[in-house]
Amino acid sequence: METQPAVLFLLGASHHTAPLAVREKLVLDAARAAELAARLRQTPGIRELALLNTCNRVEVYGVAADATVLSTLRQTLCEVTGCPPAETENVLFLRHNHEAVIHLFAVASGLDSQIVGEAEILGQVKSSYEAALSRKWTGPVLNRVFQKTFQAAKHIRTNTAIGEGQVSIATVAVDLAGKIFGDLAPVKILVVGAGDIGLKTVQAFQSRGARAITVASRTLSKAEEAAAAIGGWAASLSALPEILQTADIVTSSTSAPNAVVTAEMVGTAMKHRRGRPLFLVDLALPRDVEPECARISDVYLYNLDDLAKIAEGNLARRRAETVRCHEILAQRTASLWPQVAQSLNGGG
Amino acid sequence: MTSVPLDRLLLWLAAGLYLVGFAAGCLNLARRQPTPGSRLVLNSLLAAGLILQVTGLYIRGLAVGGCPLGNKFEIVQFVAWSGMVLYFVVGPAFRISLLGLFTAGYAGCLAFLSLLIPEWDAVHGVKLFGNNPWIELHASLAVFSYGAFGLLSLTSLMHLLQNWSLKHKRLDGLFWFLPSIVQLDQINFRLLLTGVGLLSISLVVGASWWMRDTGSVDTLKLTLTVGVWLAYLVALVLRWRRGLLSTRFAWTCILLFATALLSLGSVNSSRHHDVILTPIR
Repeated sequence: METQPAVLFLLGASHHTAPLAVREKLVLDAARAAELAARLRQTPGIRELALLNTCNRVEVYGVAADATVLSTLRQTLCEVTGCPPAETENVLFLRHNHEAVIHLFAVASGLDSQIVGEAEILGQVKSSYEAALSRKWTGPVLNRVFQKTFQAAKHIRTNTAIGEGQVSIATVAVDLAGKIFGDLAPVKILVVGAGDIGLKTVQAFQSRGARAITVASRTLSKAEEAAAAIGGWAASLSALPEILQTADIVTSSTSAPNAVVTAEMVGTAMKHRRGRPLFLVDLALPRDVEPECARISDVYLYNLDDLAKIAEGNLARRRAETVRCHEILAQRTASLWPQVAQSLNGGG
Repeated sequence: MTSVPLDRLLLWLAAGLYLVGFAAGCLNLARRQPTPGSRLVLNSLLAAGLILQVTGLYIRGLAVGGCPLGNKFEIVQFVAWSGMVLYFVVGPAFRISLLGLFTAGYAGCLAFLSLLIPEWDAVHGVKLFGNNPWIELHASLAVFSYGAFGLLSLTSLMHLLQNWSLKHKRLDGLFWFLPSIVQLDQINFRLLLTGVGLLSISLVVGASWWMRDTGSVDTLKLTLTVGVWLAYLVALVLRWRRGLLSTRFAWTCILLFATALLSLGSVNSSRHHDVILTPIR
């Protein structure tokens, strides 16, 4: 009787195949992940294993003694997660051998992510591999494939434009601030409104070194609360005209029905700024900053639409770059596969 | 068939390298994907061009027995060369993105233009500065300050482009790689300070000799030179007192340099070649 060759496999579901409702059922918390791994490792013929579990995907990578073992995988996953098999019919996908490799390369490079080119996924793939390695679930095949995956992902990020340009409103605003001020460390930021959007945007500025932050709100206690949360100072909205004279970046996200930052206010402030530019980020709907402010010299005004347009443009450029990335990854997979195949069948 | 003199041949090659560097940089920008080492390639091309240009100018200097600043061709070549030298001084210190590309285009165009107009390379006498090293220093410092002003006009142009792109929300292509407004403003001020400093020293040196023989320089040259220096000095004082800022300052620097370049022809043609000044021993 002829022996079947060992198989490198991937069983998974991602945002491409599974709607949110199904992904919610398939998600693996620590206990479920441990249970799934234990069950799969008890399955005769499963030699190696690694689980990749993020908010947008559940993927099981492994090496099976032959293809017949794979028929039980889907059932095991459904049993552990409690997701009815009928719901996973067109959701779970199975890839074999070099197709599994190329998929992992694409995932780690951010090509398969919901926000194409995001870098977080590489860290998640690394963590998944390290977890599997520390538990001795992996062997020569997966070790080689994952190591090559990290190299491929690094190559893609370094040599293509897949990660270029920011794709979220907050990070686009931070990028724009960099185009105006360069180093953000000495920049003074004023947050108008103590809402979540403004504070999240400020966190993005803080991650790029900004330190001097003032929160201004109609209610001083709210401003104080928000300022304490982000390590800044609090001010009343009535002090806005004075603060505008010294602040470099103003992000505004109040729910006020009328403009909070007027052209007259900005015009007066600019006379005291002695040529220092002012970056106004209007994140509110209806708008907080009078559009006429954009006409004032050295004032740069961006509203939600402007920022979204830049983010979409960057995302479109990233998507266009995926074609070249996939070509590079296909070449890398082709050169790697003979070694993996040899490993699968007991060689090198 | 007439063969190209060695100095001009080297200057042609230098101009060619500058323009190749400029074209390569533009290509990189158009692809929006700077290849690894693209900056090194550009800087290597510019450095090679600079070496060829300085060799060409040196050969010519040997022929005329002094700093080759005897006609419009030589002056324009010297201005292009000094701009490139300053780029290699300023570039690594301030890490101004795209400055190399802009300098390549600027120096390449100036050098090429001077080579394309044979009338600019009129024959002139040797010992142009009458064996007087101080007059030679005065002339070379003056032209070198034009290099600083040339670079200043480039960074001013970059400032205007960056301001336009941010105001009009056009951040793709070339605009994506431009340095920040604040960084450009700082470098503009320092370049203006450098240029005015160099020109002031040059004028002090020149004036100390002119005082001994006020007829050695004609009124037109004197008026234009002092006028250019005064205009830049006023711009510097206004910028320092923050009375001339941002785009108005950038436009002023560009217009001043255009005026200074245009005045070079008149300054050169009004030179008194027959006046031989020798240092007092």
